[in-house]
Amino acid sequence: MTAASDPALQTGDNAAALRADELRERATLLGMSVPALLIVGVIVFIPVGWLFWLSFTDGDQLSLTHYRRIADITHARIFWQTFEISALVTVLALLLGYPLAYLMSQLSPRWAGICLIFVLVPFWTSLLVRTYAWMVLLQRRGLVNQTLMDLGIIDMPLRLVYNYTGTVIGMLHIMLPFMILPLYAALRTVDMNYMRAAANLGASPLRAFWTVFFPLSMPGVIAGSLLVFILSLGFYVTPALLGGGRVMMVSMKIQQDAGLYFDWGAASALGVALLVITLGIFWVLSRFMRIERLYGGR
Amino acid sequence: MSKLSVRSQPIAIRDVTKTYGSFNALENVTLDIAAGEFLTLLGPSGSGKTTLLMVLAGFTRATSGHVLVGSQDMTRVPPHKRDFGMVFQNYALFPHMNVFGNVAYPLRLRRVSRSEIDTRVARALDLVQLSHLAERPIDALSGGQRQRIALARAIVFEPRVLLMDEPLSALDKNLREQMQIEIRNLHENLGITTVYVTHDQREALTMSDQVVVIDAGRISQKGAPREIYERPANAFVADFIGESTLLPVQAGADGFAFGGRALRATVAPPGGLFLVARPEKMELHRTDMDPAYNLFEGTLHQLVYQGETVLAQVALPEGQTISMRLTSRREVMAALPEPGKPITLALHPEDTVIVPERGQ
Amino acid sequence: MLNRPASDTQITHARRLWLYAVAVLVMAFLILPTFVVIPMSFSDSRFLRFPPQGFSLRWYESYLTSPEWMQATWVSLKVAVLTTLLATPLGIAASYGLHVSRVPFSRVLTIALISPLIIPIIILGVGIFYLYVRLGVVNTIPGLVMAHTILAIPFVVVTVSSGLQQYDSNQELAARNLGASRWTAFRTITLPQIRGSIVAGGLFAFITSFDEVVIALFISGGQNTTLTRRMFTGLRDEIDPTIAAISSLLIVLSVIMLLILVLSNRQK
Repeated sequence: MTAASDPALQTGDNAAALRADELRERATLLGMSVPALLIVGVIVFIPVGWLFWLSFTDGDQLSLTHYRRIADITHARIFWQTFEISALVTVLALLLGYPLAYLMSQLSPRWAGICLIFVLVPFWTSLLVRTYAWMVLLQRRGLVNQTLMDLGIIDMPLRLVYNYTGTVIGMLHIMLPFMILPLYAALRTVDMNYMRAAANLGASPLRAFWTVFFPLSMPGVIAGSLLVFILSLGFYVTPALLGGGRVMMVSMKIQQDAGLYFDWGAASALGVALLVITLGIFWVLSRFMRIERLYGGR
Repeated sequence: MSKLSVRSQPIAIRDVTKTYGSFNALENVTLDIAAGEFLTLLGPSGSGKTTLLMVLAGFTRATSGHVLVGSQDMTRVPPHKRDFGMVFQNYALFPHMNVFGNVAYPLRLRRVSRSEIDTRVARALDLVQLSHLAERPIDALSGGQRQRIALARAIVFEPRVLLMDEPLSALDKNLREQMQIEIRNLHENLGITTVYVTHDQREALTMSDQVVVIDAGRISQKGAPREIYERPANAFVADFIGESTLLPVQAGADGFAFGGRALRATVAPPGGLFLVARPEKMELHRTDMDPAYNLFEGTLHQLVYQGETVLAQVALPEGQTISMRLTSRREVMAALPEPGKPITLALHPEDTVIVPERGQ
Repeated sequence: MLNRPASDTQITHARRLWLYAVAVLVMAFLILPTFVVIPMSFSDSRFLRFPPQGFSLRWYESYLTSPEWMQATWVSLKVAVLTTLLATPLGIAASYGLHVSRVPFSRVLTIALISPLIIPIIILGVGIFYLYVRLGVVNTIPGLVMAHTILAIPFVVVTVSSGLQQYDSNQELAARNLGASRWTAFRTITLPQIRGSIVAGGLFAFITSFDEVVIALFISGGQNTTLTRRMFTGLRDEIDPTIAAISSLLIVLSVIMLLILVLSNRQK
């Protein structure tokens, strides 16, 4: 005797009810992300949209006045310096980061984990504290100058801080973990069988590295470099403290225009320019790596 | 050993359709499953068998149609209120609980008293012969043990229906065969209505009371294992289950013919297109045979030695190659001609089945 | 030992010594500068010389007895705790919802949630200041908490999503099949197994808020000046050794948090 032989149970068309159930369930699940989206929408998207609006208006009219104002030699210099410092920091971070990331990718998990601690501790330490440490180290009579003088390498203390040099050293230190983490993640996935095959085919270790491993690690190199570059572009704290007023980056100019002169037009136009450049590079970056992965996600 | 008491209930699936965009995962599936029956959904991957199981479990919502259990319409009942036990393909045991914790989980949710939980978990573990592992963590169990714990967890709360989604696919061959028998015995013991999904036809034929062959979201054939194998309803079932060569037949005024010879067939539905030629149903023709046998003359192409059996591949003048499976006994092999020589195969009319293309 | 092959290309340890040397130097560069601050903080002198001259706790005393510094510390702690309490559940709910609903645009929503990490912080600072002036919440605790929450949510979303991706979601189906509602299944089965990711997300949220400088420069002040904002202003004017003491404490805090993170992920 089956249930269906009971005519009372031959219920009718239920497609509409099922569809309503489905939509309700989906809405409930998606609804769980609404509070987070709402707060991000209010605190992020409204102000950023506002900046866009401000940058394209003068009084109540649409105008490019603010962009014309920032299209001068002073601002060009600031953008140029920002790019230059960011590029320099990126190259240096890659040069220092690659060997460590490469070694970590070759070590046993235990040793790689120990090396990782050396990358994570600074990553977790306040960047203000790290910048402060560099102020102390690099000052006229700081540890670095003292050591160099004790060793007889120099007679007079070098100017290492409150200038370009200090800014680059400090930024390099802050950015290095952001280079190493994505690099390490990428290098770890390179299949070592290719290296074995290369060795088997007669390549020397160095040749095997340059012709096989390095090309395979390019996605990680690109991801790490682009990440460090865009983070450097928008950097504020370290150049503001270590640059000693001799370095002017876009973000510092924005802060000055908005915070000191209340010149919202110029600040917003500069902000939009910086944002557009950053998002453009991020878009390129997202071709190489899921954005979540850059911050330790998988 | 005490028994768990189980309410065996019939299941009725009525016109269930599931569409994803323009793709029909299930198309008007109607199926009756008797109380206490062991029914297997068999089909290639992507056929919709797992979708149907998920609709039964309530994890996939049908686009339209009904699922009835006993006298209750379950279609819109959420999964946790269905009271169906389910064994997942990867077992889905909870790694942060030990064996006891896993098996007790459904009972705790039902607010069963502590002492009652102890006795019922003990009974369920007894049933799968793993009472001694109650305190083990999950990651200390072997594949076969995990399988049994998953089974114990699915039946401990005396569900109305037991659903199993390819539960043996992760096990190696020997263990799989042993578990097939154990699951079958457990089913005999409990008498619980069971729906079992597999893509392994041997497993389906070994274990089930009823087999449902699913193809492209539709039921292709439903029947007892023997019926499915011996009397396939269409070319899809004939091709999917067992080995066979499908020989195109010509329909005439008084039946079907192959290569100009009339065929004596038990199953010859109107619209029949193919003769199902299964290697193990073929015999080497002898002069003393019943003249009712259908004969196939051809050339012995090659002999494939397979250990306990030998496969003789015979090229027909019509262009197809059919196979005959013989045991590798000395005198059977001695009777075969040399490869390249003519050979005649015989097929009993009882085993001569003609099928239409697809559907019914 | 040195002549043993170090990798599959049969390169020996000896031939790779330079690589080990470079790696050790890079690790030293990463970690030593920060820790130099700690001995400095125990110096007796107003001038931050190395090695420090004399030993004293005067800079710690100066920190602990200064009402301004204490006030700022309380503000930072309060804001960081509230941010963690707000960002962590919001982030978990959002990651879970987006993970299970699998709608086509859930990826877009995920990117929207982590966009505060992409947008240069100075732009957020200026924009939020502009908004807060109109809302009248400049220099208030709720204002700070909301701003820090949007910076913390991305970290929670990233860590929790990654936890959910590694977790076998069939377990949640199994739990629901066994009689658990969605919520019970999440609470009893999913949650315990992604606990490591949640702890990581929460720690990230706390440290993000506690260490945040740029937005605080715009929207924190007066009674509600955060510790980092006061430090930043202090650093711009002069190198006050009190900041060495505070920095040392912050380093210890970071290391403790990292330890909790490592330990909570190792338990699994």
